Amino acid sequence: MNFSDDALHKIAESMEPLSQKGVSRRDFMKFCATMAAILALPASFIPKIAEAISGKKPYLVWLEFQDCAGNTEALLRATKPTAAKIILDILSVDYHETIMAPAGHQAEKSLMDVVKNQKGNYLVVVEGSIPMKDGGVYCCISGKSAVDIAKEVCGNALATIAVGTCAAYGGIPAANPNPTGAVGVKEAVPNATVINLPGCPVNVENITACVVHFLTFGSLPNTDKFGRPYFAYGKRIHDNCERRAHFDAGQFVRQWGDEAHRQGWCLYEMGCKGPETFKNCPTVKYNEGTSWPVQAGHGCIGCAEPNFWDTMTPFYRRLPSVPGVSIETTADKVGAGLVAATAAGILIHGIGRALSPKKEEE
Amino acid sequence: MRAVEDALGITIPDNARIIRNLITGIQYVQDHVVHFYHLHALDWVDIVSALKADPAKTSALAQSISDWHNSSTAYFKGIQDKLKSFVGAGQLGPFANAYWGHPAYKLPPEANLMAVAHYLEALEWQREVIKIQALLGAKNPHAQTYLVGGMSIPIDPDSQNALNAGSIAFMSGLAEIAKEFVEKVYIPDLLAIASFYKDWAGYGAGVGNFLAYGEFPNDTVSNTENLWLPRGIILNKDLSTVHKVDHAKVTEYVTHSWYEYSDGNDKSRHPWDGETNYKYTGPNPPYEYLNTDGKYSWLKAPRYENKSMEVGPLSRMLVAYGSGHKRVQEVVNSVLKKLGVGPAALFSTLGRVAARGIETLVTAEMIPEWINQLAANMKKGDLKIHSGEKWDPSEWPAEAKGYGLHEAPRGALGHWVKIKDKKIENYQCVVPGTWNGSPRDASDQRGPYESALIGTPVADPEKPVEILRTIHSFDPCMACAVHVVDPDGNEITRIKVV
Repeated sequence: MNFSDDALHKIAESMEPLSQKGVSRRDFMKFCATMAAILALPASFIPKIAEAISGKKPYLVWLEFQDCAGNTEALLRATKPTAAKIILDILSVDYHETIMAPAGHQAEKSLMDVVKNQKGNYLVVVEGSIPMKDGGVYCCISGKSAVDIAKEVCGNALATIAVGTCAAYGGIPAANPNPTGAVGVKEAVPNATVINLPGCPVNVENITACVVHFLTFGSLPNTDKFGRPYFAYGKRIHDNCERRAHFDAGQFVRQWGDEAHRQGWCLYEMGCKGPETFKNCPTVKYNEGTSWPVQAGHGCIGCAEPNFWDTMTPFYRRLPSVPGVSIETTADKVGAGLVAATAAGILIHGIGRALSPKKEEE
Repeated sequence: MRAVEDALGITIPDNARIIRNLITGIQYVQDHVVHFYHLHALDWVDIVSALKADPAKTSALAQSISDWHNSSTAYFKGIQDKLKSFVGAGQLGPFANAYWGHPAYKLPPEANLMAVAHYLEALEWQREVIKIQALLGAKNPHAQTYLVGGMSIPIDPDSQNALNAGSIAFMSGLAEIAKEFVEKVYIPDLLAIASFYKDWAGYGAGVGNFLAYGEFPNDTVSNTENLWLPRGIILNKDLSTVHKVDHAKVTEYVTHSWYEYSDGNDKSRHPWDGETNYKYTGPNPPYEYLNTDGKYSWLKAPRYENKSMEVGPLSRMLVAYGSGHKRVQEVVNSVLKKLGVGPAALFSTLGRVAARGIETLVTAEMIPEWINQLAANMKKGDLKIHSGEKWDPSEWPAEAKGYGLHEAPRGALGHWVKIKDKKIENYQCVVPGTWNGSPRDASDQRGPYESALIGTPVADPEKPVEILRTIHSFDPCMACAVHVVDPDGNEITRIKVV
């Protein structure tokens, strides 16, 4: 049996609501409630979200450039909704190199069909950085450079979601000395509408929240100066951390596996970058709330911040200071200052050290 | 991690060994199943054909090969209805423009429907079982609890902030779910599908040399004689002799790679003396072709004693088989018997797919054993997770070098490090994708992908699904391009294998 594209598009014109596509109303409302919770919306918004996403499935293409497919893996771990629902029921994921069935010319056709037929009306997810140096030769797919593909696909899209730190800011490929001239999507395609969802990997629930935000309000979420939505990157890890009480009490881990470590004390002295990092890891966590780095006894490495590989290393060196213990702060106010301070490696004794019950050995 | 630990002479605690085994082990199980169902199955399974299946006959088929609970007529009818409504809605998403209806698809509609059902079930299953890694590693993908000298996940049966009895229960439950699905769904599906594609035991052999660094230390990491999956090399498809691995014999060529070496491009270099200097000589994009007479790849060409080597589950299973690993031998022999083929069938595209399944089964069986080891250590009060004596760089020598060998799901992975003045002086990784996807070397030897495609029949050059079967059987980590040209060199089609 073969399906011609014309036939497909004719059928697509008469789409029925999601509830008739194998998604039970109960599941669907549960999904909407989760989205409302992530977006910090009151329950009264649930019907509104449901209404917004009950139409034709929005087209989405997923591009991979200088990437490790870690964000694709994250997508497969999605639970709210599940990957199967995202791929089969909620979105029409017409191009995704890792999971799509066709290859070669047929795969390129899938991409071009969306770019041409849905111009200005589709979403793009980008995973991986884009090398700009030497005419873009460091990442070519079917003979086209990543930057040219991004210009065409993101430039004609309704909006682009840069998932993971590489697509947002260049990530690890952009680490000094950045041999390929790797940058994030917004820098490679300045005229594109881009939302950044950095992290290594992205927390997949933030992707769906972004999409639903758009469908519900008809606009993209408000973002900080690094292009990150406030609903997921509005607060510091430190300010929502489950170990914050130990920080305030001056109770710190000093050795991996010591009594303090086993009792879940603060990882500040082990180099935790939670005080400089803006993300909702402590509340959303990973793998359906199974864990996140601090819960597993390891400090935050600041992976959601621009240029983290250069500015957050050494990962195990204690932050020089923790300014602004007030939670009334955002990356716009303090982020750049903090990053610069770490990069310079200024060793000022932090507030945590001052409160520390153990005598300093340095 | 292992390379730095080797350079600094650090022995990790037993708990760190067990936790690393568990993280890697569940990764094999989850990754191999995702590869089979979500990245490779559609080369063998025709989704559209499943619409024509009789759900009652599908149920009979499923029940004849397994006692898995999801096997009723109503269940398969439900899956088929869902598929019909998906296709009927007209937005085929990732399944649009594929090769449905291609003559190379051999499964009856009922087998296709069964596979589609299990494609969906595996999507749910993989998300659950990998939580073992999320628990031990903080998140999946990208575990973040590895430290030089051990792990950062604390153990303490009397703490709510550490691995405790609750964690053992959590992991044991998931390990059971993992094993049951592999036994009752993956392996029966693999055998059922393979029985329709036995001709693929005759294609895709590759280079015939197999390298496995071995994995899952039974005691300390430095005791490479005591790995659960052994280290070794099989040459020229000869299973009677397993050769020893000497890391000093690993070198890399850049003759056909976009790099240059300071002492000439026709010599190879050991990773400790490795150089990574970009030298792009290809056409400016956009372009149609690369000139494969010159440099044509970003991959270096790794060689072992100047030979091309295949790495991955097939290599690991062959080395284990040849080394007398009892459980691997049992499962390999049983699979060969059920398919009615001899050991020579292993050296093929089908053999590669089967070996991945065999490894998944034996690894899923081992995971409860590692969980038990961790629990036993907890019971006797061994809570150590990290060896701290070299944590402070002031304890390091002025110069050090080391190497670490690991088996990632898709194959042998080696890291080589040189440390000088407490900083990395050189760090080189030789990864599975470069062994298998290697371009030619100075003496024009092909790598495994290139060799494996020789002799592959292609029914319709415009839709060469057969090429995808062989390339995907290696579990490639990247997009690569295969151009199909006629004997005069004119391009017929080109496929981007993704």
